[in-house]
Amino acid sequence: MPVLTKEQQFDLLYYMLLTRRLEEHLVGLFKEGKISGGLYSSLGQESISVGTTYALEKEDVVSPVIRNIATVLIKGYTPKDIFCQYLARVDGPTKGKDTTLHFGEIERGTVAPISILGPLIPIMAGVALAGRMQKRKRVALTYIGDGGASTGDFHEGMNFAAVQRLPFICVIENNQYAFSTPVTRQSRIADLAQRAVGYGIQYAIVDGNDVVAVYEATRKARALCLEGEGPFLMECKTFRVKGHAEHDDPSKYVPRAIFEEWRKKDPVDHYVHSLLDQKVFTAAELSEMENKIQQILEQAKKEALESPLPSSEDTSTGVFRV
Amino acid sequence: MTTITYLEAIRQALFEEMEADPRVFVLGEDVGAYGGAFKVTAGLQEKFGEERVIDTPISESAIVGAAIGAALSGLRPVAEMQFIDFIACCFNMISNYAAKAHYCWGAAIPIVIRGPYGGGVHAGPFHSQCVESFFLNTPGIKVVTPATAADAKGLLKAAIRDPNPVLYLEHKYLYRRIKEEVSSDVFVPLGKAIIRREGKHLSLVTYSAMVHLAMEAAEELSRDGVEVEILDLRTLSPLDEEAVLQTARKTSKVILLHEAPRFGGFGGELAAIIAEKAFEYLDGPIMRVAAMDTPIPFGSPLEETYLPDVKKIVKAARKLMDY
Ligand SMILES: Cc1ncc(C[n+]2csc(CCOP(=O)(O)OP(=O)(O)O)c2C)c(N)n1
Repeated sequence: MPVLTKEQQFDLLYYMLLTRRLEEHLVGLFKEGKISGGLYSSLGQESISVGTTYALEKEDVVSPVIRNIATVLIKGYTPKDIFCQYLARVDGPTKGKDTTLHFGEIERGTVAPISILGPLIPIMAGVALAGRMQKRKRVALTYIGDGGASTGDFHEGMNFAAVQRLPFICVIENNQYAFSTPVTRQSRIADLAQRAVGYGIQYAIVDGNDVVAVYEATRKARALCLEGEGPFLMECKTFRVKGHAEHDDPSKYVPRAIFEEWRKKDPVDHYVHSLLDQKVFTAAELSEMENKIQQILEQAKKEALESPLPSSEDTSTGVFRV
Repeated sequence: MTTITYLEAIRQALFEEMEADPRVFVLGEDVGAYGGAFKVTAGLQEKFGEERVIDTPISESAIVGAAIGAALSGLRPVAEMQFIDFIACCFNMISNYAAKAHYCWGAAIPIVIRGPYGGGVHAGPFHSQCVESFFLNTPGIKVVTPATAADAKGLLKAAIRDPNPVLYLEHKYLYRRIKEEVSSDVFVPLGKAIIRREGKHLSLVTYSAMVHLAMEAAEELSRDGVEVEILDLRTLSPLDEEAVLQTARKTSKVILLHEAPRFGGFGGELAAIIAEKAFEYLDGPIMRVAAMDTPIPFGSPLEETYLPDVKKIVKAARKLMDY
């Protein structure tokens, strides 16, 4: 495995910080009552979206679920797009018709999720299938939680991808809780990736809070898939350090000690410190990056707040393609 | 008589039915210690234990399938969909298994599938749908849509005791907005509509949250001297057809009001029934006020435009009164 260049390390750090700060702004907007509906954060598990998506090539297709905001940022959606989407403004990717990460554009290499958990597994298997039929050198990648991995669609999609040997990577983000339900109530196996054995495919279990480990595992999985050894099941172990959403108080159902344990493993802090320790970056370069990110976000948020709400005539547009 | 919310009414019905009948149990996602996403099952696990209030994996087919199996074995499961939209995941279990078992092989499947339904809370296209028409064209499943706290409690009790599969659609907009006195022994039989307001000039036939909009519209129309009769269907299947025909014959002018999209919606069926069986009584076209034929959008003002509102009802009523 070739070592990451300084530029790549810089990018990884940038997307980790951008995601963290962007979500902090979203939480602020939520608390001000400007975001309606739920707000689901990736706090403490940014490294999974960053490491996996950054490991993909431009032609690869990826589909985020609720906590993969870094994925769409790396695929080129701007902070303004994101703010507008969460604020349900016309300038957002769904023009106010939906919220959260429910958007995508196949030309850009992203496919939209829906709220209902599971369908993306067979759908992304289909994207992988089409890529092969079209003789493209590309993989499809999507995510699922420890809870979502209990859906019927998950099993059907993985099994189909397996018998077809599709270039498809499924990343299970095992953050140990699905809403209030611990992973022990979703499955009796300790490592969800072991399900790969039942599908006859390869798998890896990765420290999800280590962005470099996630990146490297994804590169390997991608290479295997392109050699015809897919699909690949990758389980990233992590923890949801917040509630299910901003309105949910997890202290009612998650033991406090687990929180404290995982706060110490914060993936952003961890990466920042490792880069500083290895002297890849100086503290001055880091604060310069932080400043730049804050400027970008302030500007994007301002523009988004100035973006109009959709007009009522827009309600009936776009049901069918013309 | 105590004053309770619509949500509390549902909770009480579950509690009392579980207490009265050891065959009744609840299963669904986060329904146990957490008490459900909306807290409808709060306190149930504490009282009845983990065997009768079962937290499931995120597996709607397993939830409904297991409920069917348990029902076949003599139990009375109540399955919760965290949001009714997710019922799409177990459509096969309901439409092809539960709804046909009695007709084909005489098996009783006394299950209730319940969950939060409907819009008005900016929850977007996957958490706000009105799904009744998915099921109304599937004979063999009863569909219940309470509009008041008393009905929420009384109809759920009836649904749990019913020997058939019942889909019980609780409107989440009403959960904490509706509060009323409910007598402790309330019981509302399935299949019986109720007149919510007597009137002689025009009938509004509706159900679920739309009953409250209809009441507001009727208030406004009464200022013009139009006396609106409001029929709350309460159960959509089996339908209280006689009540629909009676109000149509009485006022000769009918508006059908529902929150689901118009095209393929229940209003079309009701209109056909009235046209077939009470045509000679009519004094104007049967009209429909419904949601627009689009997915239900998330943002303001899109959702407001999409949903029926008092203005749209009043406008339709005035037009109909001009005939
Ligand atoms: C099929 C389906 N059932 C239920 C839900 C409601 N729901 C939304 S997110 C969630 C928990 C998801 O947990 P997990 O998949 O582990 O992802 P995490 O939130 O932990 O990232 C639930 C139950 C849903 N969206 N789809």
